[in-house]
Amino acid sequence: MIVFDQVQKSYQVGGRAIPALHPTSMTIETGEVFGIVGHSGAGKSTLVRLINLLEPPTGGRILIDDENITGYNASELRAFRRKVGMIFQHFNLLSSKTVADNIAFPMKLAGIYSRTEIHERVDELLKRVSLVDQADKYPSQLSGGQKQRVGIARALACRPTILLCDEATSALDPQTTQSVLKLLADINRELGLTIVLITHEMDVVRRVCDRVAVMDAGEVVEMGAVSDVFLHPKHPTTRDFVFESENIDRDEMQQDLQHAQGRILRLTFRGESTYTPLLGSVARESGVDFSILSGRIDHIKDTPYGQLTLSLVGGDLDIAMNAFEAADVHVEVLR
Amino acid sequence: MEALMENLLSNVDWTEIGWASWDTLVMVGMSLLFSVLIGLPLGVLLFLFGKRQLLEQPVAYAVLSFVVNVLRSVPFIILLIVMIPFTVMLIGTSLGVAGAIPPLVAGGAPFFARLVETSLREVDRGIIEATQAMGATVKQVVFGALLPEALPGIIAGITVTAITLVSYAAMSGVVGGGGLGDLAIRFGYQRFQTDVMVITVALLVIFVQLLQMAGDRLVLYFSRK
Repeated sequence: MIVFDQVQKSYQVGGRAIPALHPTSMTIETGEVFGIVGHSGAGKSTLVRLINLLEPPTGGRILIDDENITGYNASELRAFRRKVGMIFQHFNLLSSKTVADNIAFPMKLAGIYSRTEIHERVDELLKRVSLVDQADKYPSQLSGGQKQRVGIARALACRPTILLCDEATSALDPQTTQSVLKLLADINRELGLTIVLITHEMDVVRRVCDRVAVMDAGEVVEMGAVSDVFLHPKHPTTRDFVFESENIDRDEMQQDLQHAQGRILRLTFRGESTYTPLLGSVARESGVDFSILSGRIDHIKDTPYGQLTLSLVGGDLDIAMNAFEAADVHVEVLR
Repeated sequence: MEALMENLLSNVDWTEIGWASWDTLVMVGMSLLFSVLIGLPLGVLLFLFGKRQLLEQPVAYAVLSFVVNVLRSVPFIILLIVMIPFTVMLIGTSLGVAGAIPPLVAGGAPFFARLVETSLREVDRGIIEATQAMGATVKQVVFGALLPEALPGIIAGITVTAITLVSYAAMSGVVGGGGLGDLAIRFGYQRFQTDVMVITVALLVIFVQLLQMAGDRLVLYFSRK
Protein backbone atom coordinates (compact mmCIF):
# COMPACT_ATOMS: atom_id res chain seq x y z
CA MET A 1 0.00 0.00 0.00
CA ILE A 2 1.33 3.40 -1.01
CA VAL A 3 0.11 6.30 1.14
CA PHE A 4 0.68 9.94 0.27
CA ASP A 5 0.24 12.11 3.34
CA GLN A 6 0.14 15.79 2.42
CA VAL A 7 3.01 15.25 0.00
CA GLN A 8 4.17 18.29 -1.90
CA LYS A 9 6.96 19.18 -4.25
CA SER A 10 8.25 22.49 -5.46
CA TYR A 11 11.31 23.48 -7.46
CA GLN A 12 13.58 26.41 -6.73
CA VAL A 13 13.84 28.50 -9.85
CA GLY A 14 15.80 31.71 -9.52
CA GLY A 15 15.18 31.90 -5.77
CA ARG A 16 11.43 31.33 -6.13
CA ALA A 17 9.62 28.13 -5.28
CA ILE A 18 7.59 26.88 -8.24
CA PRO A 19 5.06 24.28 -7.06
CA ALA A 20 4.98 21.08 -9.11
CA LEU A 21 2.68 19.18 -6.78
CA HIS A 22 0.34 20.83 -4.30
CA PRO A 23 -0.15 19.01 -0.96
CA THR A 24 -1.71 15.70 -1.94
CA SER A 25 -3.05 12.83 0.11
CA MET A 26 -4.09 9.57 -1.44
CA THR A 27 -3.79 5.82 -1.07
CA ILE A 28 -2.84 3.26 -3.70
CA GLU A 29 -3.88 -0.24 -2.66
CA THR A 30 -1.60 -3.26 -2.93
CA GLY A 31 -2.18 -5.20 -6.13
CA GLU A 32 -4.20 -2.59 -7.97
CA VAL A 33 -3.43 -0.89 -11.26
CA PHE A 34 -3.57 2.80 -10.48
CA GLY A 35 -3.64 5.30 -13.32
CA ILE A 36 -2.62 8.92 -13.15
CA VAL A 37 -3.84 10.90 -16.10
CA GLY A 38 -3.10 14.50 -16.96
CA HIS A 39 -1.82 16.81 -19.65
CA SER A 40 1.92 17.35 -19.92
CA GLY A 41 3.07 19.66 -17.16
CA ALA A 42 0.21 18.65 -14.86
CA GLY A 43 2.66 17.13 -12.38
CA LYS A 44 2.10 13.44 -13.05
CA SER A 45 5.75 12.77 -13.88
CA THR A 46 6.73 14.36 -10.59
CA LEU A 47 4.11 12.35 -8.73
CA VAL A 48 5.35 8.99 -10.03
CA ARG A 49 8.98 9.91 -9.34
CA LEU A 50 8.13 10.70 -5.73
CA ILE A 51 7.25 7.04 -5.18
CA ASN A 52 10.85 5.88 -5.71
CA LEU A 53 12.27 9.20 -4.53
CA LEU A 54 13.93 10.03 -7.84
CA GLU A 55 12.32 13.34 -6.85
CA PRO A 56 12.49 13.89 -3.10
CA PRO A 57 9.34 15.61 -1.77
CA THR A 58 9.64 19.08 -0.24
CA GLY A 59 6.92 18.32 2.29
CA GLY A 60 4.74 15.53 3.69
CA ARG A 61 5.33 11.81 4.12
CA ILE A 62 5.18 8.86 1.77
CA LEU A 63 4.44 5.53 3.44
CA ILE A 64 4.95 2.28 1.61
CA ASP A 65 3.64 -0.74 3.49
CA ASP A 66 3.59 1.46 6.60
CA GLU A 67 7.24 2.47 6.27
CA ASN A 68 8.09 6.13 5.90
CA ILE A 69 10.38 6.10 2.86
CA THR A 70 11.10 9.81 3.10
CA GLY A 71 13.19 9.05 6.18
CA TYR A 72 15.47 6.52 4.47
CA ASN A 73 19.24 7.00 4.42
CA ALA A 74 21.20 6.43 1.20
CA SER A 75 21.71 2.68 1.53
CA GLU A 76 18.16 2.03 2.74
CA LEU A 77 16.95 4.02 -0.24
CA ARG A 78 19.00 1.92 -2.67
CA ALA A 79 17.68 -1.32 -1.16
CA PHE A 80 14.13 0.05 -1.37
CA ARG A 81 14.52 1.08 -5.01
CA ARG A 82 15.32 -2.50 -5.96
CA LYS A 83 11.81 -3.38 -4.87
CA VAL A 84 10.32 -0.76 -7.17
CA GLY A 85 10.62 -1.41 -10.91
CA MET A 86 10.26 1.41 -13.39
CA ILE A 87 9.66 1.61 -17.12
CA PHE A 88 9.92 4.70 -19.28
CA GLN A 89 8.46 6.34 -22.36
CA HIS A 90 11.79 6.18 -24.19
CA PHE A 91 12.72 2.81 -22.67
CA ASN A 92 16.10 4.06 -21.38
CA LEU A 93 17.88 0.81 -22.21
CA LEU A 94 21.67 0.73 -22.25
CA SER A 95 22.65 0.79 -25.90
CA SER A 96 26.02 -0.79 -25.09
CA LYS A 97 24.51 -3.93 -23.55
CA THR A 98 22.63 -6.81 -25.15
CA VAL A 99 19.01 -7.55 -24.32
CA ALA A 100 20.06 -10.25 -21.84
CA ASP A 101 22.67 -7.98 -20.22
CA ASN A 102 20.14 -5.16 -19.93
CA ILE A 103 17.78 -7.46 -18.07
CA ALA A 104 20.59 -8.74 -15.86
CA PHE A 105 21.81 -5.20 -15.11
CA PRO A 106 19.69 -4.42 -12.01
CA MET A 107 20.53 -7.83 -10.52
CA LYS A 108 24.24 -7.20 -11.05
CA LEU A 109 23.93 -3.77 -9.45
CA ALA A 110 22.21 -5.31 -6.44
CA GLY A 111 25.28 -7.48 -5.89
CA ILE A 112 23.36 -10.14 -3.97
CA TYR A 113 22.67 -12.62 -6.77
CA SER A 114 24.93 -15.41 -7.94
CA ARG A 115 25.85 -15.82 -11.58
CA THR A 116 23.55 -18.82 -12.01
CA GLU A 117 20.67 -17.05 -10.27
CA ILE A 118 21.02 -14.13 -12.68
CA HIS A 119 21.26 -16.45 -15.67
CA GLU A 120 18.15 -18.41 -14.72
CA ARG A 121 16.15 -15.28 -13.93
CA VAL A 122 17.09 -13.67 -17.25
CA ASP A 123 15.98 -16.80 -19.14
CA GLU A 124 12.72 -16.85 -17.25
CA LEU A 125 12.05 -13.17 -17.96
CA LEU A 126 12.97 -13.48 -21.64
CA LYS A 127 10.32 -16.18 -21.90
CA ARG A 128 7.74 -14.09 -20.06
CA VAL A 129 8.16 -11.14 -22.43
CA SER A 130 8.57 -13.44 -25.49
CA LEU A 131 12.03 -12.24 -26.45
CA VAL A 132 14.03 -15.47 -26.17
CA ASP A 133 15.28 -15.13 -29.76
CA GLN A 134 16.44 -11.56 -29.22
CA ALA A 135 18.59 -12.26 -26.14
CA ASP A 136 21.91 -11.43 -27.82
CA LYS A 137 20.73 -8.47 -29.86
CA TYR A 138 21.40 -4.86 -29.00
CA PRO A 139 18.52 -2.44 -28.30
CA SER A 140 19.11 -0.57 -31.57
CA GLN A 141 18.17 -3.76 -33.44
CA LEU A 142 14.74 -4.00 -31.79
CA SER A 143 11.35 -2.42 -32.54
CA GLY A 144 9.74 -0.03 -30.06
CA GLY A 145 7.44 -2.69 -28.67
CA GLN A 146 10.33 -5.10 -28.20
CA LYS A 147 12.36 -2.42 -26.46
CA GLN A 148 9.54 -1.78 -24.01
CA ARG A 149 9.30 -5.52 -23.37
CA VAL A 150 12.99 -5.50 -22.47
CA GLY A 151 12.25 -2.52 -20.23
CA ILE A 152 9.50 -4.49 -18.50
CA ALA A 153 11.69 -7.58 -18.08
CA ARG A 154 14.47 -5.41 -16.65
CA ALA A 155 12.05 -3.72 -14.24
CA LEU A 156 10.88 -7.13 -13.01
CA ALA A 157 14.37 -8.62 -12.59
CA CYS A 158 14.73 -8.05 -8.85
CA ARG A 159 11.14 -9.19 -8.17
CA PRO A 160 9.73 -5.81 -7.24
CA THR A 161 6.40 -5.33 -5.46
CA ILE A 162 5.65 -2.05 -7.25
CA LEU A 163 5.98 -1.22 -10.93
CA LEU A 164 6.03 2.43 -12.02
CA CYS A 165 5.18 3.15 -15.65
CA ASP A 166 6.12 6.59 -16.95
CA GLU A 167 4.17 7.10 -20.19
CA ALA A 168 5.21 3.57 -21.08
CA THR A 169 3.09 3.35 -24.21
CA SER A 170 3.22 6.94 -25.43
CA ALA A 171 5.98 6.28 -27.94
CA LEU A 172 4.33 3.15 -29.34
CA ASP A 173 1.82 2.62 -32.15
CA PRO A 174 -1.75 1.58 -31.21
CA GLN A 175 -1.22 -2.12 -31.89
CA THR A 176 2.00 -2.32 -29.89
CA THR A 177 0.37 -0.31 -27.14
CA GLN A 178 -2.32 -3.01 -26.94
CA SER A 179 0.17 -5.81 -26.54
CA VAL A 180 2.27 -3.94 -23.96
CA LEU A 181 -0.86 -3.10 -21.94
CA LYS A 182 -1.93 -6.73 -22.10
CA LEU A 183 1.48 -7.76 -20.80
CA LEU A 184 1.17 -5.26 -17.93
CA ALA A 185 -2.31 -6.56 -17.08
CA ASP A 186 -1.03 -10.16 -17.10
CA ILE A 187 1.87 -9.25 -14.83
CA ASN A 188 -0.47 -7.47 -12.45
CA ARG A 189 -2.79 -10.47 -12.30
CA GLU A 190 -0.18 -13.21 -12.09
CA LEU A 191 2.36 -11.56 -9.79
CA GLY A 192 -0.01 -9.43 -7.73
CA LEU A 193 2.24 -6.48 -8.44
CA THR A 194 1.00 -2.97 -7.69
CA ILE A 195 1.22 -0.91 -10.88
CA VAL A 196 1.20 2.87 -10.95
CA LEU A 197 1.03 4.19 -14.46
CA ILE A 198 0.93 7.71 -15.76
CA THR A 199 -0.39 8.57 -19.17
CA HIS A 200 -2.09 11.32 -21.12
CA GLU A 201 -4.34 8.81 -22.87
CA MET A 202 -7.63 7.99 -21.17
CA ASP A 203 -7.81 4.92 -23.38
CA VAL A 204 -4.82 3.39 -21.58
CA VAL A 205 -6.55 3.99 -18.25
CA ARG A 206 -9.77 2.45 -19.54
CA ARG A 207 -8.02 -0.70 -20.67
CA VAL A 208 -5.92 -1.63 -17.65
CA CYS A 209 -6.55 0.53 -14.60
CA ASP A 210 -8.70 -0.22 -11.58
CA ARG A 211 -8.64 3.30 -10.22
CA VAL A 212 -7.54 6.60 -11.62
CA ALA A 213 -6.47 10.03 -10.43
CA VAL A 214 -6.86 12.97 -12.78
CA MET A 215 -4.27 15.71 -12.41
CA ASP A 216 -4.41 19.31 -13.45
CA ALA A 217 -1.89 22.06 -12.63
CA GLY A 218 -0.15 20.11 -9.86
CA GLU A 219 -3.33 18.94 -8.19
CA VAL A 220 -5.37 15.75 -8.15
CA VAL A 221 -8.76 17.05 -9.26
CA GLU A 222 -10.68 13.79 -9.42
CA MET A 223 -10.05 10.27 -8.19
CA GLY A 224 -12.04 7.06 -8.11
CA ALA A 225 -12.85 3.75 -9.76
CA VAL A 226 -12.17 3.95 -13.49
CA SER A 227 -15.78 3.09 -14.38
CA ASP A 228 -17.13 5.94 -12.24
CA VAL A 229 -14.62 8.51 -13.41
CA PHE A 230 -14.88 7.41 -17.01
CA LEU A 231 -18.66 7.16 -17.29
CA HIS A 232 -19.54 10.07 -15.03
CA PRO A 233 -16.68 12.55 -15.17
CA LYS A 234 -17.21 15.54 -12.90
CA HIS A 235 -14.22 17.83 -13.29
CA PRO A 236 -13.85 19.73 -16.59
CA THR A 237 -10.35 18.29 -17.14
CA THR A 238 -11.66 14.77 -16.71
CA ARG A 239 -14.46 15.48 -19.18
CA ASP A 240 -11.92 16.75 -21.69
CA PHE A 241 -9.99 13.52 -21.39
CA VAL A 242 -13.05 11.32 -21.73
CA PHE A 243 -14.39 13.21 -24.75
CA GLU A 244 -10.95 13.15 -26.31
CA SER A 245 -10.66 9.40 -25.91
CA GLU A 246 -14.08 8.87 -27.45
CA ASN A 247 -13.33 11.16 -30.36
CA ILE A 248 -16.29 13.34 -29.55
CA ASP A 249 -16.28 16.87 -30.84
CA ARG A 250 -18.34 18.77 -28.31
CA ASP A 251 -19.40 21.63 -30.61
CA GLU A 252 -20.59 19.15 -33.17
CA MET A 253 -22.49 17.24 -30.51
CA GLN A 254 -24.22 20.42 -29.33
CA GLN A 255 -25.32 21.11 -32.89
CA ASP A 256 -26.68 17.62 -33.29
CA LEU A 257 -28.67 17.98 -30.09
CA GLN A 258 -30.24 21.22 -31.31
CA HIS A 259 -31.76 19.44 -34.28
CA ALA A 260 -33.23 16.69 -32.12
CA GLN A 261 -36.75 16.91 -30.77
CA GLY A 262 -38.20 16.19 -27.33
CA ARG A 263 -36.26 15.01 -24.29
CA ILE A 264 -32.65 14.08 -24.59
CA LEU A 265 -31.34 11.38 -22.27
CA ARG A 266 -27.99 9.68 -21.89
CA LEU A 267 -28.24 6.08 -20.77
CA THR A 268 -25.28 4.29 -19.29
CA PHE A 269 -25.35 0.50 -19.17
CA ARG A 270 -22.77 -1.40 -17.15
CA GLY A 271 -21.87 -5.06 -16.92
CA GLU A 272 -24.59 -7.55 -17.88
CA SER A 273 -27.23 -4.89 -18.58
CA THR A 274 -25.14 -3.82 -21.58
CA TYR A 275 -26.48 -6.70 -23.59
CA THR A 276 -30.16 -6.66 -22.54
CA PRO A 277 -32.64 -5.67 -25.28
CA LEU A 278 -34.22 -2.89 -23.29
CA LEU A 279 -35.10 -0.05 -25.66
CA GLY A 280 -37.84 -1.86 -27.57
CA SER A 281 -39.74 -3.02 -24.51
CA VAL A 282 -39.52 0.38 -22.83
CA ALA A 283 -40.82 2.04 -25.99
CA ARG A 284 -43.79 -0.36 -26.10
CA GLU A 285 -44.68 0.05 -22.43
CA SER A 286 -44.41 3.82 -22.29
CA GLY A 287 -45.47 4.66 -25.81
CA VAL A 288 -42.45 6.95 -26.42
CA ASP A 289 -40.75 7.16 -29.75
CA PHE A 290 -37.00 7.34 -29.67
CA SER A 291 -34.16 8.05 -32.00
CA ILE A 292 -30.52 7.27 -31.23
CA LEU A 293 -28.26 10.30 -31.48
CA SER A 294 -25.06 8.56 -30.57
CA GLY A 295 -23.94 5.38 -28.91
CA ARG A 296 -21.07 3.05 -28.19
CA ILE A 297 -20.37 -0.25 -26.54
CA ASP A 298 -16.92 -0.93 -25.14
CA HIS A 299 -15.02 -2.33 -22.19
CA ILE A 300 -13.55 -0.81 -19.06
CA LYS A 301 -10.84 -3.29 -18.15
CA ASP A 302 -12.97 -6.49 -18.30
CA THR A 303 -16.39 -4.96 -17.74
CA PRO A 304 -18.55 -4.16 -20.76
CA TYR A 305 -20.42 -0.90 -20.83
CA GLY A 306 -22.65 0.97 -23.24
CA GLN A 307 -23.61 4.56 -23.53
CA LEU A 308 -26.55 5.79 -25.63
CA THR A 309 -27.77 9.30 -26.23
CA LEU A 310 -31.49 9.25 -27.15
CA SER A 311 -34.12 11.77 -27.97
CA LEU A 312 -37.59 10.77 -26.77
CA VAL A 313 -40.84 12.10 -28.21
CA GLY A 314 -44.46 11.54 -27.03
CA GLY A 315 -45.75 8.81 -24.71
CA ASP A 316 -45.29 8.75 -20.95
CA LEU A 317 -41.75 9.79 -20.08
CA ASP A 318 -42.04 8.87 -16.40
CA ILE A 319 -42.83 5.26 -17.21
CA ALA A 320 -39.83 5.14 -19.52
CA MET A 321 -37.49 6.66 -16.89
CA ASN A 322 -38.71 4.25 -14.24
CA ALA A 323 -38.28 1.30 -16.56
CA PHE A 324 -34.68 2.28 -17.33
CA GLU A 325 -33.85 2.72 -13.67
CA ALA A 326 -35.49 -0.58 -12.80
CA ALA A 327 -33.16 -2.24 -15.31
CA ASP A 328 -30.15 -0.74 -13.51
CA VAL A 329 -29.41 1.73 -16.25
CA HIS A 330 -28.04 5.09 -15.24
CA VAL A 331 -30.09 7.91 -16.74
CA GLU A 332 -28.85 11.43 -17.22
CA VAL A 333 -31.18 14.10 -18.60
CA LEU A 334 -29.26 16.29 -21.02
CA ARG A 335 -32.26 18.43 -22.04
CA MET B 1 66.53 5.51 -60.70
CA GLU B 2 68.44 4.34 -57.70
CA ALA B 3 71.08 6.94 -58.34
CA LEU B 4 68.43 9.58 -58.54
CA MET B 5 66.97 8.54 -55.20
CA GLU B 6 70.48 8.52 -53.73
CA ASN B 7 71.00 12.05 -54.97
CA LEU B 8 67.65 13.40 -53.89
CA LEU B 9 67.83 11.97 -50.40
CA SER B 10 71.57 12.39 -49.93
CA ASN B 11 71.24 13.76 -46.40
CA VAL B 12 68.83 11.16 -45.13
CA ASP B 13 70.30 8.83 -42.53
CA TRP B 14 67.72 6.05 -42.34
CA THR B 15 69.01 4.68 -39.03
CA GLU B 16 68.61 8.14 -37.55
CA ILE B 17 65.09 8.37 -39.01
CA GLY B 18 64.29 4.97 -37.56
CA TRP B 19 65.37 5.95 -34.07
CA ALA B 20 63.59 9.28 -34.30
CA SER B 21 60.39 7.52 -35.35
CA TRP B 22 60.71 5.16 -32.42
CA ASP B 23 61.26 8.10 -30.06
CA THR B 24 58.13 9.81 -31.38
CA LEU B 25 56.18 6.61 -30.86
CA VAL B 26 57.42 6.33 -27.28
CA MET B 27 56.69 9.97 -26.51
CA VAL B 28 53.19 9.84 -27.96
CA GLY B 29 52.46 6.43 -26.44
CA MET B 30 53.65 7.28 -22.95
CA SER B 31 52.10 10.74 -22.86
CA LEU B 32 48.83 9.36 -24.25
CA LEU B 33 48.80 6.70 -21.55
CA PHE B 34 49.26 9.26 -18.77
CA SER B 35 46.90 11.75 -20.41
CA VAL B 36 44.17 9.10 -20.37
CA LEU B 37 45.00 7.94 -16.85
CA ILE B 38 44.74 11.52 -15.55
CA GLY B 39 42.25 12.98 -18.00
CA LEU B 40 39.61 10.25 -17.71
CA PRO B 41 38.97 10.60 -13.97
CA LEU B 42 39.30 14.37 -14.32
CA GLY B 43 36.67 14.37 -17.08
CA VAL B 44 34.35 12.14 -15.04
CA LEU B 45 34.67 14.50 -12.06
CA LEU B 46 34.06 17.53 -14.26
CA PHE B 47 30.89 15.85 -15.50
CA LEU B 48 29.66 14.74 -12.07
CA PHE B 49 30.33 18.13 -10.45
CA GLY B 50 28.55 19.97 -13.27
CA LYS B 51 25.20 21.71 -13.05
CA ARG B 52 22.22 19.39 -12.37
CA GLN B 53 24.48 16.34 -12.38
CA LEU B 54 24.87 13.51 -9.89
CA LEU B 55 27.33 15.21 -7.53
CA GLU B 56 26.60 18.84 -8.32
CA GLN B 57 29.45 20.84 -6.70
CA PRO B 58 29.59 24.39 -8.10
CA VAL B 59 32.80 25.35 -6.26
CA ALA B 60 34.73 22.18 -7.09
CA TYR B 61 33.54 22.42 -10.67
CA ALA B 62 34.68 26.03 -10.97
CA VAL B 63 38.13 25.19 -9.58
CA LEU B 64 38.67 22.13 -11.79
CA SER B 65 37.33 23.92 -14.81
CA PHE B 66 39.64 26.87 -14.20
CA VAL B 67 42.76 24.68 -13.93
CA VAL B 68 41.81 22.83 -17.11
CA ASN B 69 41.17 26.07 -18.96
CA VAL B 70 44.48 27.58 -17.86
CA LEU B 71 46.45 24.56 -19.06
CA ARG B 72 44.52 24.54 -22.30
CA SER B 73 44.89 28.22 -23.02
CA VAL B 74 48.69 28.33 -22.64
CA PRO B 75 50.21 27.74 -26.08
CA PHE B 76 52.04 24.42 -25.94
CA ILE B 77 55.37 25.92 -26.93
CA ILE B 78 55.15 28.18 -23.85
CA LEU B 79 54.01 25.29 -21.66
CA LEU B 80 57.12 23.38 -22.77
CA ILE B 81 59.36 26.16 -21.46
CA VAL B 82 57.39 26.95 -18.33
CA MET B 83 57.39 23.28 -17.35
CA ILE B 84 61.19 22.87 -17.52
CA PRO B 85 61.94 23.34 -13.78
CA PHE B 86 59.06 21.07 -12.83
CA THR B 87 60.15 18.43 -15.33
CA VAL B 88 63.70 18.49 -13.98
CA MET B 89 62.34 18.10 -10.45
CA LEU B 90 60.12 15.20 -11.53
CA ILE B 91 62.49 13.07 -13.65
CA GLY B 92 65.89 14.74 -13.40
CA THR B 93 66.12 16.14 -16.92
CA SER B 94 64.11 18.27 -19.28
CA LEU B 95 65.84 16.87 -22.35
CA GLY B 96 65.28 13.92 -24.65
CA VAL B 97 62.32 11.61 -24.82
CA ALA B 98 61.79 11.37 -21.08
CA GLY B 99 62.00 15.13 -20.61
CA ALA B 100 59.28 15.72 -23.17
CA ILE B 101 56.68 13.50 -21.53
CA PRO B 102 55.64 15.66 -18.51
CA PRO B 103 54.82 18.75 -20.61
CA LEU B 104 53.04 16.52 -23.15
CA VAL B 105 50.87 15.08 -20.36
CA ALA B 106 50.26 18.59 -18.97
CA GLY B 107 48.98 19.56 -22.41
CA GLY B 108 47.16 16.31 -23.22
CA ALA B 109 45.38 15.43 -19.97
CA PRO B 110 43.20 18.58 -19.63
CA PHE B 111 42.44 18.45 -23.34
CA PHE B 112 41.27 14.84 -23.01
CA ALA B 113 39.37 15.62 -19.79
CA ARG B 114 37.18 18.12 -21.65
CA LEU B 115 36.51 15.60 -24.39
CA VAL B 116 35.49 13.01 -21.77
CA GLU B 117 33.19 15.52 -20.07
CA THR B 118 31.53 16.33 -23.39
CA SER B 119 30.99 12.70 -24.35
CA LEU B 120 29.50 11.91 -20.93
CA ARG B 121 27.07 14.78 -21.38
CA GLU B 122 25.94 13.14 -24.60
CA VAL B 123 24.67 10.13 -22.67
CA ASP B 124 20.87 10.19 -22.44
CA ARG B 125 19.80 11.48 -19.02
CA GLY B 126 17.05 8.88 -19.03
CA ILE B 127 19.67 6.12 -18.83
CA ILE B 128 21.19 7.70 -15.74
CA GLU B 129 17.73 8.06 -14.23
CA ALA B 130 16.84 4.45 -15.00
CA THR B 131 20.09 3.23 -13.44
CA GLN B 132 19.45 5.30 -10.32
CA ALA B 133 15.91 3.93 -10.15
CA MET B 134 17.47 0.43 -9.96
CA GLY B 135 19.18 1.44 -6.75
CA ALA B 136 22.65 2.07 -8.18
CA THR B 137 25.32 4.01 -6.30
CA VAL B 138 27.04 6.92 -8.03
CA LYS B 139 30.03 4.66 -8.62
CA GLN B 140 27.80 2.04 -10.24
CA VAL B 141 26.15 4.67 -12.42
CA VAL B 142 29.59 5.82 -13.60
CA PHE B 143 31.12 2.40 -14.25
CA GLY B 144 27.99 0.44 -15.12
CA ALA B 145 26.17 2.92 -17.32
CA LEU B 146 27.93 6.22 -18.07
CA LEU B 147 31.35 4.96 -19.19
CA PRO B 148 30.07 2.00 -21.27
CA GLU B 149 27.47 4.25 -22.95
CA ALA B 150 30.04 6.98 -23.66
CA LEU B 151 32.74 4.53 -24.78
CA PRO B 152 32.59 5.33 -28.52
CA GLY B 153 32.85 9.05 -27.74
CA ILE B 154 35.71 8.45 -25.33
CA ILE B 155 37.60 6.41 -27.92
CA ALA B 156 37.10 9.18 -30.46
CA GLY B 157 38.47 11.54 -27.80
CA ILE B 158 41.53 9.33 -27.31
CA THR B 159 42.15 9.43 -31.08
CA VAL B 160 41.92 13.22 -31.20
CA THR B 161 44.20 13.49 -28.16
CA ALA B 162 46.75 11.11 -29.67
CA ILE B 163 46.89 13.16 -32.85
CA THR B 164 47.26 16.38 -30.89
CA LEU B 165 50.09 14.73 -28.96
CA VAL B 166 51.87 13.83 -32.22
CA SER B 167 52.03 17.50 -33.14
CA TYR B 168 52.94 18.53 -29.56
CA ALA B 169 55.69 15.89 -29.54
CA ALA B 170 57.11 17.31 -32.76
CA MET B 171 57.10 20.75 -31.17
CA SER B 172 59.08 19.49 -28.19
CA GLY B 173 62.08 19.20 -30.54
CA VAL B 174 62.48 22.98 -30.10
CA VAL B 175 63.48 22.62 -26.44
CA GLY B 176 65.57 19.50 -26.89
CA GLY B 177 62.96 16.77 -26.90
CA GLY B 178 63.63 13.80 -29.14
CA GLY B 179 61.86 12.27 -32.09
CA LEU B 180 60.96 13.27 -35.60
CA GLY B 181 60.31 16.89 -34.68
CA ASP B 182 63.78 17.18 -33.23
CA LEU B 183 65.20 15.75 -36.44
CA ALA B 184 63.19 18.11 -38.58
CA ILE B 185 64.35 21.11 -36.61
CA ARG B 186 68.02 20.20 -36.27
CA PHE B 187 68.57 18.92 -39.78
CA GLY B 188 65.67 20.03 -41.92
CA TYR B 189 65.47 23.56 -40.57
CA GLN B 190 68.83 24.52 -39.08
CA ARG B 191 70.99 22.74 -41.70
CA PHE B 192 68.70 23.36 -44.65
CA GLN B 193 68.40 19.64 -45.41
CA THR B 194 65.07 19.81 -47.21
CA ASP B 195 65.06 16.06 -47.93
CA VAL B 196 65.14 15.27 -44.17
CA MET B 197 62.33 17.75 -43.64
CA VAL B 198 60.20 16.10 -46.33
CA ILE B 199 60.76 12.60 -44.99
CA THR B 200 59.95 13.53 -41.37
CA VAL B 201 56.82 15.39 -42.38
CA ALA B 202 55.75 12.45 -44.56
CA LEU B 203 56.28 10.05 -41.65
CA LEU B 204 54.24 12.28 -39.32
CA VAL B 205 51.42 12.44 -41.86
CA ILE B 206 51.41 8.65 -42.19
CA PHE B 207 51.46 8.27 -38.40
CA VAL B 208 48.48 10.58 -37.96
CA GLN B 209 46.58 8.80 -40.74
CA LEU B 210 47.15 5.43 -39.10
CA LEU B 211 46.01 6.74 -35.72
CA GLN B 212 42.83 8.22 -37.18
CA MET B 213 41.99 5.02 -39.07
CA ALA B 214 42.55 2.83 -36.05
CA GLY B 215 40.49 5.18 -33.89
CA ASP B 216 37.60 5.29 -36.36
CA ARG B 217 37.54 1.51 -36.56
CA LEU B 218 37.39 1.14 -32.80
CA VAL B 219 34.62 3.73 -32.52
CA LEU B 220 32.63 1.84 -35.14
CA TYR B 221 33.23 -1.45 -33.36
CA PHE B 222 31.96 -0.14 -30.03
CA SER B 223 29.01 1.81 -31.42
CA ARG B 224 25.74 -0.04 -30.90
CA LYS B 225 23.45 2.82 -31.79
